[in-house]
Amino acid sequence: MYTEEIKAVSDSLSHVAAAAEHQGGGAGWIMHHILDSRELNFEPFFTIHLPELHLFGMDISITKNVVFMWIAFALLVVIFNIVAKSYKKSFLPKGLANAVEVFVVFVKDEIAKPTIGKGYEKFLPFLLTIFFFILFCNFLGLVPYGATATNNIAVTATLAVISFFVIQLGGIKKNGLFGYFKGLMPGGLPIALVPVIFLIEILGLFTKPFALAVRLFANMTAGHIVIMALIGLIFILHTYFVAPVSVAFALFIFLLEILVALIQAYIFTMLSSLFIGMAVHQDH
Amino acid sequence: MDFAFLAAGIGAGITVFGAGLGIGKLAASAMDASGRQPEASGDIRTSMIIAAALIEGIALFSLVICILLALK
Repeated sequence: MYTEEIKAVSDSLSHVAAAAEHQGGGAGWIMHHILDSRELNFEPFFTIHLPELHLFGMDISITKNVVFMWIAFALLVVIFNIVAKSYKKSFLPKGLANAVEVFVVFVKDEIAKPTIGKGYEKFLPFLLTIFFFILFCNFLGLVPYGATATNNIAVTATLAVISFFVIQLGGIKKNGLFGYFKGLMPGGLPIALVPVIFLIEILGLFTKPFALAVRLFANMTAGHIVIMALIGLIFILHTYFVAPVSVAFALFIFLLEILVALIQAYIFTMLSSLFIGMAVHQDH
Repeated sequence: MDFAFLAAGIGAGITVFGAGLGIGKLAASAMDASGRQPEASGDIRTSMIIAAALIEGIALFSLVICILLALK
């Protein structure tokens, strides 16, 4: 539903990035590091060119963000298989299972139970998957040579669309198709206001996941741009003496980025579960 | 005339002003409430972080628009 807007934003971003790179100046390489690219670039050592695939005229080539999403997916599968197997031996977790259980119990008790209330178990797998996937994607962007998959608005928009479908299907399954739309309107309205409020509520159904997507994308991209800009000061000023100051500031912003990665994963999951709660228990 | 860069700069400045004001007021009342009732400070801290992330979300919407302006 927002495919045109998403395509417009990402098209214009890649177009101006190509233009900026040709322009030079201090800013071209910043966009080069933030945007997606067709090759894995381990700069002084080697470069892996990724294959280009087309299917029915759509471009589904493997790019850097796709590779890092696969790495996050592989890490998730491996870690959670180890954790699940260790629960077969004993119910007392130790080691890796202990650490993962902290996060799982956090999502269950602080995010799912207070906001969804009764019947939260059905939505818990979705919320846990969203939380851990966004967390791993964000953290993978902070390692050297890493790329943040959530820097790409297509990835965050996909997560928001999936969230949108879970919210609507959850609400419709609980309340029935007609009952769900009827329950969107608050009770006791004068009859003249009913069409206006209905339109506003339907629009609200779409803007909330859109805000989720843009919030995650903008937070991750802004952090990375600030880090690149601080390190780019060394190149723009053409001296080495600004390097200690620049690296110290960049280190501080990196620590802030770790905090922001955790907080953004938590906020995405918390708002998704809040919307699910509002859709499922409409009388609140 | 090329006013895009100027617009991006002024937009970013006003955005930071608004977001700083909003989150500062939020943090001030969170400190007040924490001082009145130190047992509730865990809950207050959680709600403060949620509200701060929401306010920052709006600020970053306009930052995205400023970036689009500056790169055109």
